[in-house]
Amino acid sequence: MSTTTIESALLLVVTSATAGLVGSFIVMRRMVLAADALSHVALPGIGFALLLKIHPLVGALFALLLGTLFIWGIERRARLPVETVVGVVFSGALAVGSLMTSGDELIHALLGKPTQLGIAELVIALAGSTGVVAFLALRWRELLVSLVSRDIATSIGIRPWSLELQFMIVFAVTVALGVRYLGVLLMGSLVIIPAATAKHVAVSLRGTVAVAVGLAVTSMALGTWIGAATGRETGPPIVLVAVAFFLLSLRKRAFV
Amino acid sequence: MENILDVEHLSVRFGDTAVLRDLSFGLPKGATLAVIGPNGSGKTVLFRALIGALPHEGVLCWAPGVRFGYVPQKLDIDRDLPLTGLDLLSARAGIAGVGAKEVAAALGRVGLEGAVASRPIGALSGGQFQLLLFAFALLANPNVLLLDEPTAGIDEPGQDRLVEVLRSIQSEQDTTVLLISHDLSVVSGQATHVLCLGRKRAYFGAPLEVITPKTLDEIYGTHVRFHVHDHD
Repeated sequence: MSTTTIESALLLVVTSATAGLVGSFIVMRRMVLAADALSHVALPGIGFALLLKIHPLVGALFALLLGTLFIWGIERRARLPVETVVGVVFSGALAVGSLMTSGDELIHALLGKPTQLGIAELVIALAGSTGVVAFLALRWRELLVSLVSRDIATSIGIRPWSLELQFMIVFAVTVALGVRYLGVLLMGSLVIIPAATAKHVAVSLRGTVAVAVGLAVTSMALGTWIGAATGRETGPPIVLVAVAFFLLSLRKRAFV
Repeated sequence: MENILDVEHLSVRFGDTAVLRDLSFGLPKGATLAVIGPNGSGKTVLFRALIGALPHEGVLCWAPGVRFGYVPQKLDIDRDLPLTGLDLLSARAGIAGVGAKEVAAALGRVGLEGAVASRPIGALSGGQFQLLLFAFALLANPNVLLLDEPTAGIDEPGQDRLVEVLRSIQSEQDTTVLLISHDLSVVSGQATHVLCLGRKRAYFGAPLEVITPKTLDEIYGTHVRFHVHDHD
């Protein structure tokens, strides 16, 4: 059973809005590089899923969660900067993923493939987005305090390490939501670029979230339209639109 | 009187290096403890252990029902962080389940204007940010304040105000205060107890017992010009 265009559009809006929201916290945590790299961990997961003939989303989610736990564990134990750990894990994941997927499959896993979505996929994606939004709605205060100072957070009864793991899982779920339609590379970009733009132009938390969500949805809509009009894949134009907004924000910064 | 804090044989290690070794002291409720000692003697590490941010050996026991207000020494924050002072205070208020009224009251107490608090935290001066952290610490009605060099970077009127705030909080609410300071005159003026951390051993007791030329010479390893009886 397939979905209609309206349902697909709804899904794209929800996915991109969630990406913008999560991205706001990613850029505030200075996890941009880490987050982008972590999204690539989905690649070997998709490879495995194709090999085992299970749904790619399941493979991607599984690999992302595994990567998240691994990175969190190493960072906590070795007290290495998360960027270092992720850099290593990411390179390994990309190597394994490239070995397991090839040709068209690899391109689709990286850049996405416009497909008819099943009802089940739609429901799973909506449930995932709802979960992510609910987590941030409940925990944004604790996240905010611990990104300013882990020690202050600890002193008022927050457990920063546990909170960090929860947030990274939420990020992994967000990336997994988009992997199927946008591709691994592009979903990471949709989380990060609009939020990076927002961080540039906004001065408050509310402003950052509003701008990031707005730009993520706008980039998704404009990019999809450009892709359809030119008969190309929709992923690359979406990212290019987001990049264009980012460049515009630099201009504003330089002259205002 | 019942102790709010009991520390027995406390040690904190980073790898093979013991920063605190076999430290024992007890603090009655409502006391003001000044922690002094040379750089690298473990003052900040002690505070971080006390709030539960560092693993330790030995006994570290707070009385039930303590609520910390912790002001760290320096925070390395991202100057570009799109957060205002009010964002941070509102987050704290939300966690504690108090409202905007308490936020305004905390700002008033430390003497930070609302207009300053609504700026991005990266745009605040060092002293203003310190006052913001102070307001943050006071927000949820703490009964234990841990202040790591609270007046560093704050101007003279601001310092006087903070000292005043501490006095009033202590007299109204029986708050226990632990503070790290290099200013020995502040220490002897306010503290009921002094913990002097040296690299070899630590001294704990009343200010007049601990802050003696002999102890200071031993702890700092050089002559420190200070006499408790000098101030009038």
